[in-house]
Amino acid sequence: MNIRLYLWQRGTAALLAPLVLVHIAVIFYATRQGLSAADVLSRTHDSIVWASYYALFVAAVSIHASIGLRNILAEWSPLTPRAADWFAIMFGVLLAMLGARAIYAVVLA
Amino acid sequence: MAAELSVSVWRGGEDGRYETYSVPRRESQTVLDVVTFVQRNIDPTLSYRFACRVGVCGSCAMTVNGKPRWTCRTHVSKVAGGGRLEIGPLENLPVIKDLATDMQPFFEKWQQAKGVFAPSKTRYDDIEQIPPSSPERRAADAAIECINCGVCYAACDTVRWNKDYFGPAALNRAWTLVNDARDAGNAERLQAVSENGGCHSCHSHQSCQELCPQTLNPTASIAGLKRRTLAAYLKGEIKG
Repeated sequence: MNIRLYLWQRGTAALLAPLVLVHIAVIFYATRQGLSAADVLSRTHDSIVWASYYALFVAAVSIHASIGLRNILAEWSPLTPRAADWFAIMFGVLLAMLGARAIYAVVLA
Repeated sequence: MAAELSVSVWRGGEDGRYETYSVPRRESQTVLDVVTFVQRNIDPTLSYRFACRVGVCGSCAMTVNGKPRWTCRTHVSKVAGGGRLEIGPLENLPVIKDLATDMQPFFEKWQQAKGVFAPSKTRYDDIEQIPPSSPERRAADAAIECINCGVCYAACDTVRWNKDYFGPAALNRAWTLVNDARDAGNAERLQAVSENGGCHSCHSHQSCQELCPQTLNPTASIAGLKRRTLAAYLKGEIKG
């Protein structure tokens, strides 16, 4: 790990801390209020706020998790550092695509 | 106190094995005393390294019952549960023979971490005045008594997993120099410890701090390096 990756990983961790807390609070709110899927979608549909919030969330998760996975692979697997880099990049892209799909489903679809 | 100790000692190189010896138990006996007894009285071909025998030189570190220790200051009574000792070479270093390891990778990493003092003055300049109470001097003081024994390097999980990682001792040394007002090599040093294998690879497991015979805290020194390099990086003083 060099300082550039360190900064990205710690920076996204700092960003994720409040984002995760709000995300969990929203889950508690939705379940305790007994909101149905239709109720949730009615609140999120066409909402720029929720789209922006979860776009930031997905971007931070994709960067943070892929750097962490790269370190695990580099230290614990027989992959070469370059192969670990590529595997982690692909994993980050996959997370970003899945996240984008989820945002599309709750905001735009 | 049992009359005899059962002592398993690593014999051979990387592909060696443990051999068991019976050694008389004595008052105030150190692990180095035990190894010396085996070599002087049982098998003179046993290879190991020591010099001062009083905890100053850092030569005699070995793996004792699974943990790296300075053997000259490790009393048998503290570590020999059930009257048994297992003594091996330090981990994370190539084994030369028996209990002697090749320390070259350990010291090469000191060089890579720019652990060498870079003078900023000549003999004709005035001596730098450094107040003992200054934050830099206190930070250096807290880390400066390293005896290069290699215990932290052998204890470090990150060294075990990442062959490029400089290790706690080299980075601790770099931190003392970063805080040395007389040193002129900090631009290169901060750059060196910010690259692959540098301070950002540390997982803060703190095995180094737990086992350092000098009770230093290399993890804290590495955390200091992380803060200092991050500030330098954000100011554009070092490259990513």
